[in-house]
Amino acid sequence: MTLAGDVLFSARAIVRRFGPLLAVDRADLEVHAGEIVGLLGANGAGKTTLIRIVLGLLPADSGTARLFGLPPSRGTRRRLGYVSQGLGLWEDLSVAENLQFTSRAFGKAAPAVWDTADDDLAAASRSLVRDLPLGLRRRLAFAAALAHDPDLLVLDEPTSGVDPLARARLWDTVHAAVETGKGSLVTTHYMDEAGQCDRLVVMSEGRVVAAGTAAAIVGDRAAVTVQTDDWATAFALLDEAGVAAALVGRDLRVPGADPVRIQRLLDAAGVAARTSLALATFEEVFVALAGEPTTPPAPGTASEDGA
Amino acid sequence: MSLQRSAVPAVWGVEDLTVRYGQRTALDHVSLAVPSSTLTAVVGGDGSGKSTLLRALAGAVRPAGGCVRRPAAHQVGYVAGARAVYTDLTVDENVAFVAEAYGIGRAEREARALLLLRRAGLIDARERLAGRLSGGMRQKLAFVLAALHEPQLLILDEPTTGVDPVSRAELWRLIAAAAAGGVAIVVATTYLDEAERAAAVLVLQRGRALLAGAPAEITARLAGVLFDLPPDAVPAGALPRSWRNGALRRVWAPAGRPSAAAAPATPTLADAVIVASLSAEKPAEEPGS
Repeated sequence: MTLAGDVLFSARAIVRRFGPLLAVDRADLEVHAGEIVGLLGANGAGKTTLIRIVLGLLPADSGTARLFGLPPSRGTRRRLGYVSQGLGLWEDLSVAENLQFTSRAFGKAAPAVWDTADDDLAAASRSLVRDLPLGLRRRLAFAAALAHDPDLLVLDEPTSGVDPLARARLWDTVHAAVETGKGSLVTTHYMDEAGQCDRLVVMSEGRVVAAGTAAAIVGDRAAVTVQTDDWATAFALLDEAGVAAALVGRDLRVPGADPVRIQRLLDAAGVAARTSLALATFEEVFVALAGEPTTPPAPGTASEDGA
Repeated sequence: MSLQRSAVPAVWGVEDLTVRYGQRTALDHVSLAVPSSTLTAVVGGDGSGKSTLLRALAGAVRPAGGCVRRPAAHQVGYVAGARAVYTDLTVDENVAFVAEAYGIGRAEREARALLLLRRAGLIDARERLAGRLSGGMRQKLAFVLAALHEPQLLILDEPTTGVDPVSRAELWRLIAAAAAGGVAIVVATTYLDEAERAAAVLVLQRGRALLAGAPAEITARLAGVLFDLPPDAVPAGALPRSWRNGALRRVWAPAGRPSAAAAPATPTLADAVIVASLSAEKPAEEPGS
């Protein structure tokens, strides 16, 4: 059992190196009962390493990791439900057998599949997992992760690949679980998943570079919007001038740019366009935060690497 | 930009397309226009038929009915995931191999490759084995290879799957630059926020067109009204027509009468798709069909 506000998952000043690579650099992260925390970052930002340390699957070089207030162990991990990107289901077992298997692995009585609130899953209880569509497989992975009544749900891109209605229903499940006092930590690359979280933590190059609600992280950061009948010419022109514009519909957006400079560039080339300032989107801010290298790269290099 | 703008604007696409795999109908009378200088998106979940549509457009699937308009085969670029990349070759060797296959001369190849690789942020990775690149870099290389022969039509099947947001932003800039250069581009994605970048969107569900049009048109056409309520304030009867929107619940009122307690919410493309899916749901549906 947990009480609202209890710290379920806690990382304090965690440091971890892999050889010369500083994978996690004094990172803090907390998940409380009753909240969904989104952990975001580019590949190689250190998200997975940090989670593995708090779950006790990898030692930290320094810092404190606590799961339900205790050092991570097999015992504390029992109170965890995990849905990986690969879903972790047994393809050659039926829906009911998968649920029985995971429950027994956690030392719980097998739940009756007909007890799940999910009518579609109950109706498919004897179907093999490999014959199910992805949406239903994801629902089964959720049911399996929840079957032993865990206190913390760790979800890795939980709704990837499913259609919006199925995605909405999966989020209903997560929110419902969290409202009963569980906590959830969601790692994701996708902004509509981030939008479902109560709080977001952004990592870049091993460090936490922003934390808070999406609105708080965006703050008053702005993007220049360019409206024109000829977006293609405007885009090519800005591109030539080294301005990284994004196409949205038939408009352009340039996060963090100076509207006067953009207007001047367009005017000088005789492109009829109207520029204005708009609040940046969370994704624009996130890309700026996650992409900002701590050491400036040579011009034209990518900030991302396969670390 | 070396991708030339075509002299005559062309519209590629499919009309009334039906594709069957054995007994199963993968696409059922679907139409999509893919104009030049434009980004068009095909959206749907797993099994919706979006890959089939793209493969039919690329000429890799024989239609059971309808017609496909595409340029000559050497004017088409097609990327399905990062599979188009030769992992045992370096980035430069990948470029050279594809350039040779398309008969692009050395000087021309060098100029185009430099431009595309620089834009893709791969210029310093030219000597690296493609197999040692991150997922995002590999996807960008796949795009560079598909765009190298300056096709009139670029078909990209889930180019951003597994790509982190920083690389994704770079990939979208590559795509926009190609469209600005006159190329007709069609992109399949499962993500609605990505589709909102496109000038026109086709939403597929179980092989049929669920919604089509410019994102703003689609959301403007939404029947009824949406509003946000605290989860515990949603009447039980309205629950099946509601879904979570962060801390609140977004409720769809088909008759258009919003709750007195809440102001109407501005629908997103995802909301429009959820509403259309709910409207299309039959009361006694097969599980997961």
